Amino acid sequence: MLAYLIRRVLYAIPVLIGVNLFTFALFFYVNSPDDMAQMQLGQKRVTPEAIEKWKAERGYNKPMFVNAGAKGSKKLTDTVFFQKSASLFYFDFGTSDDGRDIGYEIEQRMWPSLAIALPSFLAGLACYISGALILAFFRATQLDFWGVVLCVAAMSVSGLFYIIGGQWLVSKLWHWVPISGYAGGAESWRFVLLPVLIGVAGGAGASARLYRTIFLEEMGKDYVRTARAKGLSEAKVLFGHVLRNGMIPILTGVVVAIPSLFIGSLVMESFFGIPGLGSYTIDAIQSQDFQIVRSMVFLGSFLYILGLILTDISYTLADPRVRLR
Amino acid sequence: MPFKPVFLWTDVLVYVLLISAVVFIVSVRRREHLLAPWRKVARSPYGMCALVVLLCFLLVGLLDSLHFRARLDSKDNQGRANYAAKVLSMLDVLATPLRARTEKTYSEPLAVYSFAKETVTKADGTQSREFPRLRHAGTHLSNPLEQRYSDISRRVMGGVGLAAGLWIAFSMLAATWIAQNRNASFGTTVTQMIRGESGIPWRAMLITLGLLLLVVCPVLMLSARYHVFGTDKVGQDVLYQTLKSIRTGLVIGTLTTLIVLPFALALGVMAGYLRGWVDDIIQYVYTTLNSIPGVLLIAASVLLSQVWMDRHPELFETLTERADVRLLLLCVILGITSWTGLCRLLRGEALKLRESDYVQAAHALGVSHWRVMVRHLLPNLMHIVLISIVMDFSGLVLAEAVLSYVGVGVDPSMISFGTMINNARLELAREPAVWWSLAAAFIFMFLLVLSANLFADSVRDAFDPRMRSGWSLPFRRRLALAAPPR
Repeated sequence: MLAYLIRRVLYAIPVLIGVNLFTFALFFYVNSPDDMAQMQLGQKRVTPEAIEKWKAERGYNKPMFVNAGAKGSKKLTDTVFFQKSASLFYFDFGTSDDGRDIGYEIEQRMWPSLAIALPSFLAGLACYISGALILAFFRATQLDFWGVVLCVAAMSVSGLFYIIGGQWLVSKLWHWVPISGYAGGAESWRFVLLPVLIGVAGGAGASARLYRTIFLEEMGKDYVRTARAKGLSEAKVLFGHVLRNGMIPILTGVVVAIPSLFIGSLVMESFFGIPGLGSYTIDAIQSQDFQIVRSMVFLGSFLYILGLILTDISYTLADPRVRLR
Repeated sequence: MPFKPVFLWTDVLVYVLLISAVVFIVSVRRREHLLAPWRKVARSPYGMCALVVLLCFLLVGLLDSLHFRARLDSKDNQGRANYAAKVLSMLDVLATPLRARTEKTYSEPLAVYSFAKETVTKADGTQSREFPRLRHAGTHLSNPLEQRYSDISRRVMGGVGLAAGLWIAFSMLAATWIAQNRNASFGTTVTQMIRGESGIPWRAMLITLGLLLLVVCPVLMLSARYHVFGTDKVGQDVLYQTLKSIRTGLVIGTLTTLIVLPFALALGVMAGYLRGWVDDIIQYVYTTLNSIPGVLLIAASVLLSQVWMDRHPELFETLTERADVRLLLLCVILGITSWTGLCRLLRGEALKLRESDYVQAAHALGVSHWRVMVRHLLPNLMHIVLISIVMDFSGLVLAEAVLSYVGVGVDPSMISFGTMINNARLELAREPAVWWSLAAAFIFMFLLVLSANLFADSVRDAFDPRMRSGWSLPFRRRLALAAPPR
């Protein structure tokens, strides 16, 4: 298994390099630093000097890949590519266009994101799996039928409406929790509660239905028949056998998501005014601060690859038949 | 000509898609083995009811895809006709009263008075704050406070009558057609249809159609004199906006797949069949693309395309064309970011199929790799492609709304569900709340996505029996299937 993991980690490196090169090409070739400067400084009355000054302040005035004017190793290191890209690999994200340290911002904003994402994730998983188990237990009855109808209806509603409706109902009409904002410490639950509830409700339809299908498929297998044949109760079959075996396909989809919980949800955070990484990214996109966007893309891909590796490990834990070689 | 046809990029692609769908249907009808799963779809009541609703949406979308510029009365120096700068569609023409009758600002659904108070100068010169009459709604009423309800109910009743008439006429036509097709008498066909024994669930489909007509006809009657869904901040009719949004949603949902398909098919089959270094490279490409968070990639690409379009304003003759190119680019970008999933599925299936006996036999007969891929693998992968197309459609419609809300979706000047929600989202915070824009967008989007989901389910059940969602079977048969084995 160790050899397998080492190979997977080594395989991650070319992927990350690919991501890095791709975003670099996307942001610095298609959209040159001159365009960025023009955009940041405003379209009108921009002098070439102002653009040069803007570029020099942020280190965009260097050559792209090879600095012919420099000496020794500086030929490669004193370039836009090295300064803006290579440092990402040791998680030095540099500074944003408005001069702030991106690494520090990420460290600060990671916690609010986690405070929303982690409870939503855990509560959601618990709700969806138990809901799916109930539907599977009462399969082919009225309860199952209407449960599935409800699921399909719920997954046909745009996520935006869950947020808008929830905010309007819970905060504006009932005044239970504040509409938006965030505070650290003991008070934070009041701000976290509504986004978590909406997050869980928004994913319920699709996930519960998917998990129900997984459980039902598992129920058609031979070992379930054997278990029934030896006289186990339906509940024991369901919880003892089906749940355990159904967890494997569920884990596949779920473990990948764990590391990316840090990033948070773009839409949710911007709606609720939570100072997390999601809203940070969306602000950066809207103000076209590409260094932040690139950092977040890099972080996102890193966490995704981490998630893939974690999924493989989780397989071996959930299913002893799986051996990683 | 009184008009000059305008072929927007997305229009052309929509026509191409329509033509290829027709070609596909004709070719499937001739081959029994391809037709069999479709017969199964046709027997599913949920799927067929959803199809009826989807076809109505499609009709609106297609009407909105026939664009032209009207001729103006004036002529230019050389005596050639001038054409209006504004591009209109067939739907715009049909909905001219809705499009042209704009109020000053918000008005409630079916209101005759404005939503906000205004300072009005009376005939005797005194000024007062009151709710002014709307400019276009209920203008035919002399005393709206007393006459409004009776007028509205009269119009609704008229609409219901119209719906009943249309429905009966349509049912008769359908029954006659089926009777002729089956060489049965009209009477037996009608009895079969009423009892629900006609194989294809005509009864359920006609009921769906009836319900649809019951909603559409009264709305049609009312919209002649009222703003059925109210008006938005700039006084535009919300019903008109929702109708226009349908095309945007449909285009995103269908054209994106058109862009996904060639990538996913070619690369997936090649990776699975050829293996070796080809597989390595293709896997590397899609892992890399996949590992980039989707929304960020889409957002970044859309921003870049916007910069490119800002730098080349000369390429676009009208504002509509500009918005249209942006819509097409959004489809392309969504397509490029979402081909990886299908590609991986196809690769897995191709890996499995390449070991099958008929491929081995083809090898033994000396068939070239290229031919094996095209003639033997591709047709056997089509069910996966089809399932993923219909399943992805509703997701794309929803994605458009989120992206437009984030500000990286369609052009702000283009009406879509996302821009509607975005414009309306702060209105709930007003006092009293302005809820109708959101409600209208919600209802139309929900109907579109729900019917797409239901149809997708029945297609998946028919083409992939292993992944049975389990609820498009008639209830009693499902009981028999799901009973614990003895």
